[in-house]
Amino acid sequence: MTAAVSVQGVSHSFDGFQALSDVSLEIAAGEFIVLLGPSGCGKTTLLSILGGFITPTKGHVLIGGRDMTHVPPMSRPTTTMFQDYALFPHMSLLDNVGFGLRMRGQGRRQRDLKARDMLAMVGLEGKAASRPHELSGGQRQRVALARALAVDPDVLLLDEPLGALDLKLRRQMQDELKAIQRRVGTTFVHVTHDQEEAMAVADRIVVMNAGTIADIGPPARIYLSPTSLFSANFMGEINLIPATPTASGIDTPLGAMPLKTVTPGPHHLCLRPENIGLTGDIALGPARLTDAAFFGTHHRCHFSPLAAPDLTLIAHLPQTARPEINSVLDLFGTAPVLLKVPT
Amino acid sequence: MKALSWAYVTLLYGFIFLPVAVLVLFSFQDGRLPVPPFSGPTAKWYGQVLGDRDLMAALGNSFLVALISSGIALLLGFLAAHALARHRLPGSVLMRGLLIAPMTVSYLIIALGLLTIFNRLGLPPSLWATGIGHVVINLPLCFAILYAAMGDHQKNAERAARDLGASEIRVLWLVSAPMLLPPLLAAFFLSVTFSWDEFIIAFLLTRFDVTLPVEIWSMLRSGLSPKTNAVGSLVFLVSIALLLVMEFTVFRKAKP
Repeated sequence: MTAAVSVQGVSHSFDGFQALSDVSLEIAAGEFIVLLGPSGCGKTTLLSILGGFITPTKGHVLIGGRDMTHVPPMSRPTTTMFQDYALFPHMSLLDNVGFGLRMRGQGRRQRDLKARDMLAMVGLEGKAASRPHELSGGQRQRVALARALAVDPDVLLLDEPLGALDLKLRRQMQDELKAIQRRVGTTFVHVTHDQEEAMAVADRIVVMNAGTIADIGPPARIYLSPTSLFSANFMGEINLIPATPTASGIDTPLGAMPLKTVTPGPHHLCLRPENIGLTGDIALGPARLTDAAFFGTHHRCHFSPLAAPDLTLIAHLPQTARPEINSVLDLFGTAPVLLKVPT
Repeated sequence: MKALSWAYVTLLYGFIFLPVAVLVLFSFQDGRLPVPPFSGPTAKWYGQVLGDRDLMAALGNSFLVALISSGIALLLGFLAAHALARHRLPGSVLMRGLLIAPMTVSYLIIALGLLTIFNRLGLPPSLWATGIGHVVINLPLCFAILYAAMGDHQKNAERAARDLGASEIRVLWLVSAPMLLPPLLAAFFLSVTFSWDEFIIAFLLTRFDVTLPVEIWSMLRSGLSPKTNAVGSLVFLVSIALLLVMEFTVFRKAKP
């Protein structure tokens, strides 16, 4: 099953700390949404509000069109996959996965059948009789997923589910999560602070900052043309060059450029390091290479533009380049984004 | 050095267990008085004890009072500990203090207090009254043990159970209690042991039906006899048995 979620003007404060301020968000049925942001941005609070563990101070939450703002967790069509998995240590995996069905009054035979199906889906069919402590971290994580999905929730909430896994296993689980989400069609709301993880799984990313939504959109849009300086920075390394609009374009410390701004006032010209190179659409002028390191897929280089020596540009030069310190190169940029400096 | 530490250990355990050893030894005395020199052994005193209807009735009463009062103290202690560990309640520090307070009051004072109240209420001294007294002394113990054992680990599992649709009673019964099984058993067996050995409250709050310690006391009034030693040995045997049960079930399991 699956359902749309509508968050309407939700605010929440704990003991005077404003965790969420007037957040509104529409999630379509069957969508994989990632709430992304640094710690303290309110993403986990928003997830807890969706799960019913917190009642917001203001605003409404609708799931499948029904107002769920004051409905306790046990009566919501949502289940949560917790950060520490929260498996029941005194029960077998079969009983863990069947717990939600048991609470819904299903008989043992029926729920065991379903629990076995769910364990098979996450690749643990042979472990039905094991206890959680006999499993590895990745396996526990799969059991938690199977347990949360066994009751066919409309919405699955995932609270940093991959946080405790090592990098390689995390990448593998991301792929599995995405595949399982496609198969079951349930709406997934996933919280993380890892932007690579967010891009790997999300249909849409919600970037959050200080209790508000900084940006919403598909991963490529968020990464390539962010609408806020915060999300531009948070999604990955980015060069910010001060820019002032003029009649013919913009004026920057690197010279005038024929780029149009929509709004007046001071702006930042934003360029990702991989979008600065020896060829491109806009000329950035000559710059001296001050530092370089080989990162495997690219050389990460620090440049000091001759026109503005105080500015440092970070560029990713191709693997095959042989950058020499102190050499002067002509730099070019592609895919520029102009963002207004927040006042 | 090693010899010295062995000597120390022998001395220590000797100091603790010599009285018990003497008690048990002279329960096998073949004579009228449980004093040296030892002659025997004979099991006739045990035969007399087991054939004594009053003693056996008192033994049964003791078991009943211990099991029922400990069960009640455990249930109340568990619910109180859960509530205070999981919810922010007004005055929770005060409530915690009041729950533990009876532990610091002497049994004599508790017994006198209960006696006065029961008199006022028209409740005559009985095994029930004694049971209530034992709940009063064991509830703080159960509460303290269980409150200390409640951790975030269980809190998260309880949250998950609620999320999966469990009502509050089912959360307690299916998740909280099973996860706390070792401390629950420890609290229960300790309560049973304390109730089993308790004399002052039982002495003041019983009249016709008495518990074993009270019956032993009335035997002592008619002078020393190896029969008393035999009863004492049996009481000790029960305590040891409880201890062993605890060691092999609770503490063995508690270690991962």
